[in-house]
Amino acid sequence: MTAASLTGANTETNVPLKRRLKRAERARQLKAFALVGPLLLFLLFTFAGPIAGMLWRAVADQEVRQVLPQTVTALAGWDGKDLPDEKAFAALASDIQAARAAGTIAIAAKRLNYAQNGFRTILTSTARNLKASPEPGTAKETLGKINAAWRDRATWTTIKGASGPVTSFYLLGALDLVRNADGAIVAAPPDQAIYRDVFARTFLISLAVTALCLILGFPVAYLLAALPPARSNLLMIFVLLPFWTSLLVRTCAWIVLLQSKGVVNDSLHWLGIIDEPLRLIYNRFGVCVAMTHVLLPFMILPLYSSMKAISSAYMRAAASLGAPPLTAFLRIYLPQTLPGIGAGSLLVFILALGYYITPALVGGAADQMISYFIALYTTETANWGLASALGAVLLLATVLLALLYGKLVQGQQVTGGMKN
Amino acid sequence: MSDASSLRTPSQRIAWTATIVVSALVFIFLIAPILAIMPLSFSSSSYLTYPLPGLSLRWYDDFIHSPRWMNALKNSMIIGVASTLLSMVLGALAALGLAQWKSRFKPLVLAFVLSPVVVPGVITAVGLYFFFAPIGLTGSYLGLILAHTALATPFVVITVGATLQSFDTNLARAAASLGASPLEAFRRVILPLILPGLASGALFAFATSFDEVVIVLFMAGPEQRTLPREMFSGIRENISPTITAAAVILTTVSVILLATLEGLRRRNERLKGGG
Repeated sequence: MTAASLTGANTETNVPLKRRLKRAERARQLKAFALVGPLLLFLLFTFAGPIAGMLWRAVADQEVRQVLPQTVTALAGWDGKDLPDEKAFAALASDIQAARAAGTIAIAAKRLNYAQNGFRTILTSTARNLKASPEPGTAKETLGKINAAWRDRATWTTIKGASGPVTSFYLLGALDLVRNADGAIVAAPPDQAIYRDVFARTFLISLAVTALCLILGFPVAYLLAALPPARSNLLMIFVLLPFWTSLLVRTCAWIVLLQSKGVVNDSLHWLGIIDEPLRLIYNRFGVCVAMTHVLLPFMILPLYSSMKAISSAYMRAAASLGAPPLTAFLRIYLPQTLPGIGAGSLLVFILALGYYITPALVGGAADQMISYFIALYTTETANWGLASALGAVLLLATVLLALLYGKLVQGQQVTGGMKN
Repeated sequence: MSDASSLRTPSQRIAWTATIVVSALVFIFLIAPILAIMPLSFSSSSYLTYPLPGLSLRWYDDFIHSPRWMNALKNSMIIGVASTLLSMVLGALAALGLAQWKSRFKPLVLAFVLSPVVVPGVITAVGLYFFFAPIGLTGSYLGLILAHTALATPFVVITVGATLQSFDTNLARAAASLGASPLEAFRRVILPLILPGLASGALFAFATSFDEVVIVLFMAGPEQRTLPREMFSGIRENISPTITAAAVILTTVSVILLATLEGLRRRNERLKGGG
């Protein structure tokens, strides 16, 4: 039937009804969205806003702009090849005097010191020794006399590089990169280049924990899926109880078990197996054991549900067609658990990447993961730009993996629906 | 099902036995640390190892008479209950809305609503720290309650959403056509139907807040320290047996929550089976 014949026959009654229905449906949709609205607004304020703020801090560069505004303006047109002109020196002298009066020198000094070690001293000594405004035309000479660093082009490059309003400084720093005096991106000096190591360590620990969870979780999930429900429900308590037990309790339990005068070492000593206590904690071993313990349920549960969905008819068919048990397992059963393995592994890996509490409590200095440094720069040294940049890298990795996870789980639901 | 009796070949039997043995070891690995720490809290000595020289309740006595721990317990309850209630309201409304809302943006909105669970705790905590400090919400109960609500609400959205999948939206229309006001239809038709989902969501929400420590670490002042926060500093400094007493109390709460959830699930299954 064509649209013309539809509207032609029943113009009077049909169209208004259609429109009314449409309008009612639209009102219903609007009402439905209005119900979601409060949560969206709430999350905007308590979640998305704060994270957006953190991301902004990773690129924001406001300190020098605020404390040395005239200098920033004067340097805007500077080509960076030679020393800036007299105007820039005069602007700096005037800015420093104003900042000293306002007590804001330290804010700019801190930011500039990140970019060039020792800049704090240059700025504070200049502020201290600049008694009065230099006579017009003598600012260059006066400042150069107070601190020879002002005769160095690199000092001015640093100020220009930090004049904002946005910067790639922190994000580059999070990847062990810096801009040199000519603005080219180069590797950071070895004593500051630690973050690639930290990212690699975070990645390796997460990978090891994921592998351990898979190795330990697979047989358990298989057993739970194969047993009759009455028994598997009972055994499920062994998985769910740790899952529900406080993270702090479990971490504390591992310390009590593994410390040098702990339960494990004492028992081994008592049994005569060891003379000296083994070092089981405050090292990589302890971190991997405790994290595997915490994350294992997140592997077992998705594996279990994917195995539960596999019909035993497939294995029987394989056996009846003459496949030996191992072949049937490897070629029929295992491939069907792959979505579950993928989902469980990704989930554990994503959660492990962001771990903070467990490594902080059971790890040594060399086992701290990226979250530790984000927390450290936020609360201890207050290098918020770097903390935010490291956070942005971690967030990016998490979001990419979560998208992959979403694709995987969605695919599973689709195939699961088709099978039924 | 591949029960032991249905296994034909010896190699299959060996594989099955190996699965049982490995699983048993993993179960021990999962449960032993939690069980091992419990008796230590009843030890009469301050050494955290076996054999126990004698039994006593002195560490529980310590816990109850320590203003620090009791204040932490009180804070955990206040923040846990308040954020659970708030997340129930926000989460249930959102789940009801999402169940009816048809739009191509729905997956995006759903992903956004659930994202607080996936984003690492440190990132949320740092963001909140920067965001809440200038508006005076750090070092306050309100700030912690809001933050924990954001983390807990996804669980309510998931559990209520799951109940709504088997829910016939025509029931709400039927109520309306029979003359029920929207509020009455909600109270007498929709609420009883989503109640099981809402209850398990509330349990997840409370457990989330009760166990959360990273945000508390960044945002709580000395007045708002919660139980996990006190345990964190306790473990950092020196593990005293009082911490094991606190651990037992926390675990007891977890067991109660888990048992309630399991009870809810069974009741639900029974009702479904009967209906």
